[in-house]
Amino acid sequence: MYLASVGPLRSAPLRRVPGNVVALGIVSLVTDVSAEMVTAILPLYLVFGLGLNPLQFGLLDGLYAGATAVLRLAGGHVADRWRRLKTVAGVGYALSAISKLGFLAAGSTVPAIGAVLAVDRAGKGIRTAPRDALISLSSEPETMGRSFGVHRALDTVGAFLGPLVATAVLWASLNDYNSVFVTSFALATCGVIVLTAFVRDQSPPPAPARVRLPVLGLLKDPNFRRCCVWAAALGLFTITDSFVYLAVQRRWEIETSLFPLLPLGSAGTFLLLAIPLGRLGDRIGRWKVFLGGHVALVLALLIVCGPIGSWWLVLALHGIFYAATDGVLPAAVGPLLPENLRASGLAVLQTGQALARMAAAVTVGLLWTLWDLRPAILAITVALSAVTIAAAVFKPLEVRR
Amino acid sequence: MKRRLLVVAIGVFALVGGAITYVVQARDGGAAENAVPVVTGQPMGLDGRTLFFRNLADGPDSGKLAAVPIGSAGPEGSVRRVGELRCDRFAAARGTAVCLRLKAGSLPPLTELIVLDANLRERHRETLPGTPSRARVSPDGRIVNWTLFVSGDSYAATGFSTRTGLYEVDTGKLLKSVEELAVFVDGKRYFAADVNYWGITFGADGNKFYVTMASKGKTYLVEADYRSYRGTAIAENVECPSLSPDGRRIAYKEKVSNGVWRLAVLDLATRRSTHPPETRSIDDQPVWQGNATLLYPIRTAGNTLDIWSVGLTTAPKLLIPKATSPSFS
Repeated sequence: MYLASVGPLRSAPLRRVPGNVVALGIVSLVTDVSAEMVTAILPLYLVFGLGLNPLQFGLLDGLYAGATAVLRLAGGHVADRWRRLKTVAGVGYALSAISKLGFLAAGSTVPAIGAVLAVDRAGKGIRTAPRDALISLSSEPETMGRSFGVHRALDTVGAFLGPLVATAVLWASLNDYNSVFVTSFALATCGVIVLTAFVRDQSPPPAPARVRLPVLGLLKDPNFRRCCVWAAALGLFTITDSFVYLAVQRRWEIETSLFPLLPLGSAGTFLLLAIPLGRLGDRIGRWKVFLGGHVALVLALLIVCGPIGSWWLVLALHGIFYAATDGVLPAAVGPLLPENLRASGLAVLQTGQALARMAAAVTVGLLWTLWDLRPAILAITVALSAVTIAAAVFKPLEVRR
Repeated sequence: MKRRLLVVAIGVFALVGGAITYVVQARDGGAAENAVPVVTGQPMGLDGRTLFFRNLADGPDSGKLAAVPIGSAGPEGSVRRVGELRCDRFAAARGTAVCLRLKAGSLPPLTELIVLDANLRERHRETLPGTPSRARVSPDGRIVNWTLFVSGDSYAATGFSTRTGLYEVDTGKLLKSVEELAVFVDGKRYFAADVNYWGITFGADGNKFYVTMASKGKTYLVEADYRSYRGTAIAENVECPSLSPDGRRIAYKEKVSNGVWRLAVLDLATRRSTHPPETRSIDDQPVWQGNATLLYPIRTAGNTLDIWSVGLTTAPKLLIPKATSPSFS
C-alpha cells in the first residue's frame, strides 16, 4: 500500500525504499506528533495547570532516565528470543499511547503522574531496538543507510508538527490541557493501528538456544565490540543538546522568548540531510560519515566558543551531526549482527551510547558550575576531537568493509 | 488489503473524530453555575478597605479577580464581588495594581503583565516570556515587580529558572530582569552563571528592597538599594521575602526539604528567625496584614487553594476558601 502511494512521486531517494521502512516511518511520524505535543505542554501543565513547583517537576523528570536504558535491553532481548519484533515494538507503542490517557486519570497526584511518565518512558525504551531491527531486516545491506535516513526524516517531521498541533489544540479548546492529552492519545493509537495493519514482521531464524544472555555472546564478536566501544567513547564527550542551545543563546544573546525555537534549526537541518547523508554512508562507508558527523559537532562547538561565526551556522552543523550519526550508526552496525540477534545487538549499542551521553551531560554540568560554560565546552570539545581522531585512525568498521 | 485499509480508515476516523469532539466540547466545559455565591457588576477599585484575591470557586467566574471588605473576610463573611478582570497573580498598593496572567494558547508560554490604576483601568501592558509566579507593588505604588518561571533556560533540559523584573509606573522604565544587580556575599562581589532571583519586596521608602537569590544549591536573602543598584546577602535559606509595613520583619518560606517549605519570620534587627504556629507547607510569598498577621494560600486535598491567616503567635484560621493571591488595598 505504501509502495503504491509512494510510487507516483518517482523521487529517487524514496522509490526503492522498502514499504516496511516507510510504514515504520509513518508510525514514528504519527507517534512523534503525539509525543512531542505532550512534551511541549508538560512543564506548563504540571507547574501551571496543577501547581507543582518546578523542583518537584525536575525530580519527576529525572527519575526515569536510567530505567529507559535497561528496558531497551529487555525489549531487544525479548523481541529476539520470541522472534516477535513487531509485537514487542507494538507493545511499546501501545504503552506510550495508553500513558497519555493516564494523565487524565492521575490528576494532580504526584506519584500517579510519576507512574504515568514511567509507563510512557518504558514504552519508548521497549520499542526502540525492535523497531530499528525491523528497519534493518527489511532493508538490503547496501542501502541500509538510506532506509534509516528515510525513517529518521519521517520521525523528525512528526517532531516538528507536535508542538504546532499542541498549540492548535490549546487554542481550539481554550487552553484545556486534557484536550491535548486526548488528542495525543488518539494520534498515538492511530500509530499503533498503522503498525498493526501495515508493518510486516520479519521472522529471523530462531536464536540459538544456548545463548541465554545474547549481550555477552554478541560482545565476543570483535567488530561489533569495537563499534560499541567507540560509539560509547564518542558519546562520553558528546555535549548534550540543551547545553549547545544554551551556549548559542549566551554567545549571541538571543532573546529568551526565541530560545525554544533554537532546536527547530537543528531539526530542520536534520530533516533535510538525514536521507542524503544516509545514502552517502551507503556509498563511501557509514563509519566515515558517522565520524564526519562528530567533526561537524566539533566545528559547531569551536564556533560557539570562538569570536567568529553565527548562530545559524552552529545550528546547521549541529543538525549535520545528528543527520550523520543518528540513523547512520544502526545502519553501520546492523549488517555486523546476525539476523536473529539484531534487536538485542542494536539495543546494546544504543544503550551504551545513551549511558555515555548521560555521563557527558553530568560532566558538562559539573564543569560548568566549576569553571563556567565556555571553558566547560572547550574542554569537552578538545576531548571529543581527540577521540574522533583516534576513531578515524583505528577504523573499527572499515577493516571489514 | 482493501478490507484492511477500510478497517484502518474507520479506526483512524473514529479516533480523530473523537478527539475533535472532545476538544470542541472542552470549549464550553466547566461548571455553568458558581459554587460560591458572587455578586457581579459592582465597581471595584483600590479604596484601601478591600481584600482582593483570585477567585478559585468552581463556576463561570473562576479565575477572576474578586474582592471582599477587609473587615468581613472569613468563611462566613460577605459575598465576594467579582469583576471581569482575569488574573493568575494580583497585587496592589497605593493606587497601583498589577495583574499577571498566562496568555492563552501561547507555546512557549507567555505572560501578560497589566499595570492598573486605582479604578482598575489598564495603564500599561507588556508581554513577557514565562508563566506567572509572583507579583508585588512597592508600598508607595510606584514600582511593580514580578517573577516568572521560564523553562528551557537551565541546562537540565526540562529545568525551570525564574526571571524577576520590575517596572516604574511613573517613568515607564522597564527592567526585564534584575540579574545585573551587583550582589555581595561575605563581603565579596558574587559572580556565577546559575544565579536566579525571585520574589521582590520593597520597603516603604520605595528604594530599599529584598529579594531571594539562588545559586549553586543555596538560597540567600539579598538586601538591596534600588538607586545604587547594589545588594548584600544577609541570610540564607530565605525564599520569597515579604517585608512588614513597619520594616522590622521579613516573612518568608523556609525550605525544610525538597518541595516542602515552612512559614517563618526573620527579625531584621536581631537576625533571628521564628516560626508562626503554621506547620503546613506553604509555597508563596506571604502577605502582611498589619505588622502581626500573615496571609498565605494553602493547597487543599481537592487540588485547590484556600487563603489562611496566622498571627505571629496565634493559631491559623481559614480566611477565604477557594481563593489565592491575596492583596490589600
